[in-house]
Amino acid sequence: MNPDLVKMIFGRLNLDALPLHEPILVGTFAVVATGGLALFALVTYFRLWSYLWREWFTTVDHKRIGIMYMILGIVMLLRGFADALMMRLQQAIAFNGADGYLPAHHYDQIFTAHGVIMIFFVAMPLVTGLMNYVVPLQIGARDVSFPFLNNFSFWMTVGGAVLVMMSLFVGEFARTGWLAYPPLSNIGYSPDVGVDYYIWGLQVAGVGTTLSGINLVCTIVKLRAPGMTMMKMPVFTWTSLCTNVLIVASFPVLTAVLALLSLDRYVGTNFFTNDFGGNPMMYVNLIWIWGHPEVYILVLPAFGIFSEVTATFSGKRLFGYTSMVYATVVITILSYLVWLHHFFTMGSGASVNSFFGITTMIISIPTGAKMFNWLFTMYRGRIRFELPMMWTVAFMLTFVIGGMTGVLLAVPPADFVLHNSLFLIAHFHNVIIGGVLFGLFAGINYWFPKAFGFRLDPFWGKLSFWFWVSGFYFAFMPLYVLGLMGVTRRLRVFDDPSLQIWFVIAAFGAFLILLGIGAMLMQFAVSILRREQLKDTTGDPWNARTLEWATSSPPPDYNFAFTPVVYDNDAWWDMKRRGYRRPLTGFKPIHMPSNTGTGIILAGFATVMGFALIWYIWWLAALSFVALLAVAIGHTFNYHRDFHIPADEVVRAEDARTRILAAGAQT
Amino acid sequence: MSVAITTQSSIQDSEPVFHVIDEHAHPEGASTMLGFWIYLMSDCLIFAMLFATYGVLGGNYAAGPSPKGLFDLKLVALNTTMLLLSSITYGFAMLTMEKSKIVQTQLWLAITGLFGLAFLGIELTEFAHMIHEGATPQRSAFLSSFFTLVGTHGLHVTFGLVWLVTLMVQTARFGLTEANRRRLMCLSMFWHFLDVVWIGVFTFVYLLGMLR
Repeated sequence: MNPDLVKMIFGRLNLDALPLHEPILVGTFAVVATGGLALFALVTYFRLWSYLWREWFTTVDHKRIGIMYMILGIVMLLRGFADALMMRLQQAIAFNGADGYLPAHHYDQIFTAHGVIMIFFVAMPLVTGLMNYVVPLQIGARDVSFPFLNNFSFWMTVGGAVLVMMSLFVGEFARTGWLAYPPLSNIGYSPDVGVDYYIWGLQVAGVGTTLSGINLVCTIVKLRAPGMTMMKMPVFTWTSLCTNVLIVASFPVLTAVLALLSLDRYVGTNFFTNDFGGNPMMYVNLIWIWGHPEVYILVLPAFGIFSEVTATFSGKRLFGYTSMVYATVVITILSYLVWLHHFFTMGSGASVNSFFGITTMIISIPTGAKMFNWLFTMYRGRIRFELPMMWTVAFMLTFVIGGMTGVLLAVPPADFVLHNSLFLIAHFHNVIIGGVLFGLFAGINYWFPKAFGFRLDPFWGKLSFWFWVSGFYFAFMPLYVLGLMGVTRRLRVFDDPSLQIWFVIAAFGAFLILLGIGAMLMQFAVSILRREQLKDTTGDPWNARTLEWATSSPPPDYNFAFTPVVYDNDAWWDMKRRGYRRPLTGFKPIHMPSNTGTGIILAGFATVMGFALIWYIWWLAALSFVALLAVAIGHTFNYHRDFHIPADEVVRAEDARTRILAAGAQT
Repeated sequence: MSVAITTQSSIQDSEPVFHVIDEHAHPEGASTMLGFWIYLMSDCLIFAMLFATYGVLGGNYAAGPSPKGLFDLKLVALNTTMLLLSSITYGFAMLTMEKSKIVQTQLWLAITGLFGLAFLGIELTEFAHMIHEGATPQRSAFLSSFFTLVGTHGLHVTFGLVWLVTLMVQTARFGLTEANRRRLMCLSMFWHFLDVVWIGVFTFVYLLGMLR
């Protein structure tokens, strides 16, 4: 066949793109393909496709979308953690002239993919999923402001994840580190598809994230139950509001800077090149203007979760609600004034470095205030050490260490010594695992009974907890030591044999975390099997304080048969205290948004377009773009996007709950 | 939201009201305006980044062409007039929409579209002229950031035009319904927003460029 024609049809995609010469990747592919086929066969065998399509893929219900986000995050956690384990193993054995088992070409992709996946496709979906599930319930709303947009946002996030995962088996991923600094990421030094996978994976997912940010801000501002003034919102809703404001105010920056990088790579412009007036430092500045708020996007909801958990399991009102809210808002604002501390060494001069060093240190003040608020909430409380509370205590100990090493790094002279070292790696894993991940685990254990109607098994949960926490300390404390000794990040082999013991300890820690993840998966499986024993009939298994516990577990599609009226910031506690009685009559039809497949179709076209652009398949890119536009416009011609749940259906659902509650009260 | 809580005093009573009994459905699209505003602000941030990039790189000519030799202020003034007029005519469309005069509304929308097209036409002519003279986006960081900033604005106008045509078709088919009015309001905000961005482009890129 004519090579020009082949090139026109397939772009730069050819059979060499399949990594047949890399046994590790072939093995991984075999496992993934077998697993995928088995899953596909099972779903087909049980005839679940149409159920999944009708009830899940096309759903606009914030609860189901929230659950799908959580599943995406947990699946991607397995991938991201596999990368981590491979790096730890490589670094533990590549001593005394040994080359380890990972070639440089592969190793560089692994550390890039690890960072990208853990931030964008693990932490972000898990955080967004929890916010999606919990926020509308906490504010007594029926759904989010824009339910269709919510579905679309989710599928765009999936589209990004699909592109990143695809790079494992078709072509390769970036070898640039997770922020893809130019000039390394420019076409001259990274001519392959890796950086393009990076760009389009993040662009597709980024659209989803921005839109879901807008959606949740509107939801919180517009859809609160009557009586819930801003200063009566639950703290998790407050932190979610701040997080989504940060998303709206920072993700467009990422979109813009990645667009400029793509122009450099595709069109040959000179934004971040070394010559023709380009300025690579511009990229570093811009991407950290997104990047620093991003870490607060992740950690603020975790702070909210800890606030809910501490108050619930101490049986007390949260200490210092107002100061908690102000601290959150102050952190939100300050998060924009510190980005330069990520590159103190890049020559901004003493005055600029001092300014950013000081603003960075100031952030520890509101964060410290939060820490004391949690401690004072626990003080003289009747603390129940259930799983969510255990994660919270582990967080408080671990996060303080991470915070203090952060303040160390905020001192510019100290940063000149420590920057780019394993000390930095230890620091940010210390705050992201100890803060964000522990918070997410607390939140998963806390809200799981709400979402599924049964609690998570505590035995496997505690096993997972101890493996995770001890594994974390084994894995990352050695990195602090190594960093202080001057070991830099992203190294594949080492010359100094005296360092090896620390890397072995770190690998042992990673192995403990592996057991922790295994125990967590067991926890899910065992809980599903034991769901009858772990059943929650009350809707309020923890004797909690906020509105989401006022409805059944799992909540009906419409969340609340009647919109609640709020008088106190612990609304549900207030209702219980004042003898609230569930209404049993007078139900009316409920107005709800209808499901639509447009979201998944649009995201599908966007993903195809991303793939086509990565491989220079121009006709396919143009075609999918036109299709994207056509479907989007076609969707606007549908004016009937809602329906009413008939009153007798509401009566049936509420009567069923009445019977369950009565049965629960007798036993 | 009208709520059947009788008075504040009911809170003090032994039987407080804990839910809305007489509920009215949320009016459809109640959050749309707020949502669209927030979207516009996020879009504004993209432009802010492009302006910042132009601010930093705009003086890096790399021994290539500079604004003085490239920009034709008369043409740009004409172009600016086109866009400003299109904003005014869009305003007229909104005023006639308020009076539910569907034919006039459509007419004003069509005129707005024509001004938008004229704007794009002039911009493309300017671009073609510059590229013909060798001032391509690849020539220098100044030209990269110039074409990207101005081009992104032009791209937004293009999408605005697609949207405008879609809404005109929908207005013709379904009339000035509640939903269509809301959509026209959103496009109105979008269109005026692009106008504001253009004022920035005109001032910072063209006028200050000539002084540079």
